[in-house]
Amino acid sequence: MTTILINGEAREVDVPPDMPLLWVLRDVVGLTGTKFGCGIAQCGACTVHVDGKPARSCVLPVSAVGNRAVTTVEAVGETEIGRRVQEAWLGVEVVQCGYCQSGQIMSAAALLGRNPAPDDAAIDAAMSGNICRCATYPRIRAAIKRAAGLPAETV
Amino acid sequence: MKGSRLRRFGLIALVVAGLLLVAAIAFFAWPAKLEAVAPSPAQPTGRALVEKGRYLATAADCVACHSTPNGEPYAGGLAFKLPFGTIYSSNITPDRKNGIGAWSDAEFVRAVRHGVRSDGQQLYPAFPYTAYTHMSTDDVLAIRAYLNTLRPVNQAVAVNQLSFPFNQRYLMRAWKLLFMPRQPLQPDPNQSAEWNRGAYLVEGAGHCAECHTPRNLLFGLKSGQKFAGATTQGWKAYNLTSDPETGIGDWSVDEITRYLATGHTPGRGAAAGSMGEAVSLSLSRLTPQDLRAMAVYLKTIPPKPGTPGSKVNPNPPLMAASTPFAPARAEVGSDAVGLRIFEGACASCHGWDGSGTHSPYGELRGAQTVNDPEATNLVQVILHGSEIRTPQGGASMPSFGRAYNDAEIAAVANYVLRHFGGKAATVTPERVAKARREGE
Amino acid sequence: MHGPIGRPAYGVLEPEDLSVASRRRFLKAGTFMFGFAVLARAGKAAAQSQGEEPSLRAITPGGPESGAAFDGFAPGGFIRIPSQGKITFIIPSTEMGQGIYTGEAMLLAEELEVTLDQVEVVPAPPNELLYSQPILKSQATGGSTSTRGAWGPLRQAGAAARTMLIAAAAQRWNVATDTCFADQGRVYCRANGQSLPYGALVQAVRAQPVPRNVPLKQPGQFKLIGRSLQRVDTPSKVNGTAVFGIDVKVPDMKVAVMEICPAQGGRLRSMEDRGARTVPGVVDVLRIDNAVAVVADHFWAAKKGLEQLELRWDFAGHEKVSSERILADLKHASENGKPILGRVLGDADKAMDDADSRVEAVYELPFLAHATMEPMNTTVHVRPDGCDIWVGTQAPTAVQGAAAKVLGIPPERVMVHNHLIGGGFGRRLVAESVTQAVQFARQVPYPLKVVQTREQDIRHDLFRPAYYDRIAAGLGPDGLVKVMTDRITGGSVLGSYLPTGLPDGTLDSDAVEGADRTPYSIPNVRVDWIRRDPPIKVNWWRGVGPAHNVHVVESFIDECAHSVGRDPVEYRLAMLKDNPRSYRVLEMAARRSGWGKPLPPRTGRGVSLHDSFGSHLALVCEAHVTPAGEVRLRRLVAVIDCGQTVNPNSVQAQIEGGVLFGISAALYNAITIQEGQVEQSNFNDYRQLRINETPPIEVHIVQSTDDPGGVGEAGTVSAAPALANAIFAATGVRLRRLPIDRAALMEKGAGKRVIAPPAVALGLGAAALAWGSDTGGAA
Repeated sequence: MTTILINGEAREVDVPPDMPLLWVLRDVVGLTGTKFGCGIAQCGACTVHVDGKPARSCVLPVSAVGNRAVTTVEAVGETEIGRRVQEAWLGVEVVQCGYCQSGQIMSAAALLGRNPAPDDAAIDAAMSGNICRCATYPRIRAAIKRAAGLPAETV
Repeated sequence: MKGSRLRRFGLIALVVAGLLLVAAIAFFAWPAKLEAVAPSPAQPTGRALVEKGRYLATAADCVACHSTPNGEPYAGGLAFKLPFGTIYSSNITPDRKNGIGAWSDAEFVRAVRHGVRSDGQQLYPAFPYTAYTHMSTDDVLAIRAYLNTLRPVNQAVAVNQLSFPFNQRYLMRAWKLLFMPRQPLQPDPNQSAEWNRGAYLVEGAGHCAECHTPRNLLFGLKSGQKFAGATTQGWKAYNLTSDPETGIGDWSVDEITRYLATGHTPGRGAAAGSMGEAVSLSLSRLTPQDLRAMAVYLKTIPPKPGTPGSKVNPNPPLMAASTPFAPARAEVGSDAVGLRIFEGACASCHGWDGSGTHSPYGELRGAQTVNDPEATNLVQVILHGSEIRTPQGGASMPSFGRAYNDAEIAAVANYVLRHFGGKAATVTPERVAKARREGE
Repeated sequence: MHGPIGRPAYGVLEPEDLSVASRRRFLKAGTFMFGFAVLARAGKAAAQSQGEEPSLRAITPGGPESGAAFDGFAPGGFIRIPSQGKITFIIPSTEMGQGIYTGEAMLLAEELEVTLDQVEVVPAPPNELLYSQPILKSQATGGSTSTRGAWGPLRQAGAAARTMLIAAAAQRWNVATDTCFADQGRVYCRANGQSLPYGALVQAVRAQPVPRNVPLKQPGQFKLIGRSLQRVDTPSKVNGTAVFGIDVKVPDMKVAVMEICPAQGGRLRSMEDRGARTVPGVVDVLRIDNAVAVVADHFWAAKKGLEQLELRWDFAGHEKVSSERILADLKHASENGKPILGRVLGDADKAMDDADSRVEAVYELPFLAHATMEPMNTTVHVRPDGCDIWVGTQAPTAVQGAAAKVLGIPPERVMVHNHLIGGGFGRRLVAESVTQAVQFARQVPYPLKVVQTREQDIRHDLFRPAYYDRIAAGLGPDGLVKVMTDRITGGSVLGSYLPTGLPDGTLDSDAVEGADRTPYSIPNVRVDWIRRDPPIKVNWWRGVGPAHNVHVVESFIDECAHSVGRDPVEYRLAMLKDNPRSYRVLEMAARRSGWGKPLPPRTGRGVSLHDSFGSHLALVCEAHVTPAGEVRLRRLVAVIDCGQTVNPNSVQAQIEGGVLFGISAALYNAITIQEGQVEQSNFNDYRQLRINETPPIEVHIVQSTDDPGGVGEAGTVSAAPALANAIFAATGVRLRRLPIDRAALMEKGAGKRVIAPPAVALGLGAAALAWGSDTGGAA
């Protein structure tokens, strides 16, 4: 049995230590907001926070999480930054198919957590690991600035 | 007078030439001798023998060369692309027709230790008998006992494609005369048992020198530069000598042991390419005692210089100024292709501080690969990816060679070199193109 | 602004709602049908009394359960008004990111006189009679047809329901109907000042006659249409509550991960599964003809089990398939094959002979994968009496039919629970992955979720075909195109898609769409097609025919302009005198993009224009090409006239995303095959555009009250030619093969130069470099 702290709740899971956190979340705990996209940390759809830092849960063995706190998209809105990001996402109407957006939002919230006023280059650095096949990128950029309270730009 | 002297000289010349010819024929065509072999009284029997053989076959990493990626283990067929043609590894399953099932023990021992086939033909030294010659008869017989337990695979191996004169196997006798050790390794009574065990494994079954020593024009190991590092099929085996700048002089025994066991040591980077394979298939499956013995021995290899300028910089300024999630401010907005590719495809796992955010195998700080100004392995690992699978875990990195062109690979390699190694950029698109050809 | 986060404004039909019985209940409660079926076949419908409408007959044979569950007002296929609570709209098109749940809900709501926060939307169950879409003539979502197809019928459905509700209220108040009006879900009476919510009228309204030909609102009267409303599906997509097909959880469900024969057409010869079965969590190993699945409690165990399988495949000759051979074969067919005529106008041969100058070119396009973010997946429960399928599909009835065929049961015993789609792009128009999942699931008693790995998803996709096109033009004395011929060679998507195939010698209109009719006045045209089906299956891909043909035509028009030294925009405008809508978008795009203004070295602007899907779209791409051949996009400017917009923000989003989707493919993507096996597998080798490569993009929408055009694919169609033309403008290199060969754009000698980042002071101390960087450095 492994105990992991997910969204503030300690969860006991009976899983092999090399099992990526993604599958623990989706198939064992039942939190399906975190998405499977590539399995090789190339698309970012599986991004969660581990102690507030972004992590690609598809390549993070559950044994490597230890007693650090895991936050998923289901709970990120409980933080001030997460709530602002989600609101900005709706305000800018970023989302198309939405499949990658859990990961985008988690990456964006982590960015704003460490850099409250990111410029374009900082957004690139934080968000380039997240692929969106609907290519909502211009709006992601705009929404991050909106969430940061930076001047709105044309999308 | 003059005439008779000439005649006499001619006669002598003829005789000498004749003798040389006879000597040459004798040298190249004399049937290889086959010594009888017998296990020592200390040799175990039954399952213990097979188990010993399995362990030694693992230590010798037989399976790495005697299998193809999707083929049956030990059934051979792996291609070795050499400048003068392609040779294929043999089927060493006990199949009587295509494998070595019909070989006698004596023939097997002779092949492993002296590079002679069961029919007396010479074997090419892609089969590292120059190292295996140091193995004891007991150990080789144990390997045989293990191989005998494998499922016979009735699978013929492709015929070598070598150009003349390299297709003349008898010429290997001359090669051996030049490059074969005169005698097996003798224990050094002045060293510890551990050191001697390490020497036996490193020099014999482990055949480390085969990759880590440069080769001369005749493809023999340059004995003067033993373990100083070499490049084979596009990948560089690093300097294993105690050179403090370019070797492992500043590695502790523990660090070396850990690297051999897992393919990774904190602050030293991770193994990739052939070394990754050696760790996965062989080293990670050896006992901690043996690995430590190897490390103890390796620590005592006298220093020899390796690639100039490849001293590892454990904390270059750009990396030091980065966080796991953001590059140094000085790099941001530089619009460099290399940085852009890195932030999209690489940063998620490696982190801008080189810490390896998801797996210790992703750590770049302190890695020789990002500090080698020639960027040999850096380019290869980006092109072809890397995989390590050990009993204790592992990691893999995908290959980027198909989607990113030569200029892009060069750009990201140069970015990594500068950011994580503090080294000047050296990689050109043409170099990447060459690396693609070599690494295939 | 928008509703609270957390409560999705769209719902998923509960399984019991989806059962045949409850569908009967739903629909029996209504007195008439306003599914597509009636209005799309207005003539036929008029000839039939309502009771005999075939869709009604099909669903009301008086089943035992008919009655009870829904006692509200169900005027046809799209609207459910309960006595209490939110109105439900049953949306005929599948939501895959294009915003159609919102757009189609707006069409219904506009005429029904409700607001979007008064409704919930659910996906339509499979029912060709009710939901067959008028343009595609099947219940499917694709080809940028949804809004065009729904524009009339959904507004009619809303208007008819509203009319009946007003009539019911007027009757109750005993006033004339023309003293009543509806607004925000209530009927008001001007005469007595009273009002009633729709819910209070659901019983009375059933007695009302079904109105015919209710006049629809004129554009000036629209309250919702034309406004950028918050999408109904997005709140759930930002908080993790949205349920995509891959997120389905069914009691006792197991997860399967597959290995499919690496070569399409091959078979599984033998399998050794002892190792797989020892992996903890693995419960079964299943095989079908050409694939094997490891079933486990969760994906990871299944994947670990899969790695333990020893598999032997029989490629059955398909190992000879390679993309190089296929392309060579296309070229051969193009030069020797028998063409099928697509379009003839004037006398192309004579015009070509008479031309002042001629331009010719060959264009080649690669196979393309869809690579939707959500990997292909299907959850299937085969029961003794039928089958449930949970999936996100663009074609629910195709899913139903595929499962029924495998199981040999009537389609109505297959329940399809459609879900949100994590990217369609045409991939989910076909149901081959459902067939495969059912083949596995029928072997086990429990519900089985079959999830493709990304590698499987890419390697076993059904690809956009490769093409080899020879195009030629004869130019007149003014340099303008007097004749254009285009010989297209490639596989038939329609032939692969239709269950019956496409007979030889029949034109696949998709193969020539976008080339047969261009925006330009070209007096002589001959467009023909040589069918050469590749030895691998092909499928629709975002932009369909035009995405291929417009690239060729628009790149080539650029070549024609340059051949006579004319500006590409001015040249096109000169051929658009008879096409004011296209003229306008092109002229606007040129103006907005600063066309003609000076640019730095190796930087250029390229333009493309097309009239696909009933829309008119001009795109200007500004790109810089580095000495190493790297293409840096600087700016994209699109101007679209798509007629009346329903939700302008969605139009803008579709153009933005569509253009970038096309740019991504044009820059990076080709599926190649060696020894029968696809060489690409994941995003490391099937590269996608990322945010740091994405330039600013402007979308300008021309105000129009013409009927709506399609927008979902229009941007994708524009992308590649605008990019290629920009690259030509920047470098003088005309690339006639996709994807863009970036190595061919290298400056001479650049291969020998070190590609290095701009000089950064390496000697500086770390502290000096760290200023202003992200804070919170420690990991």
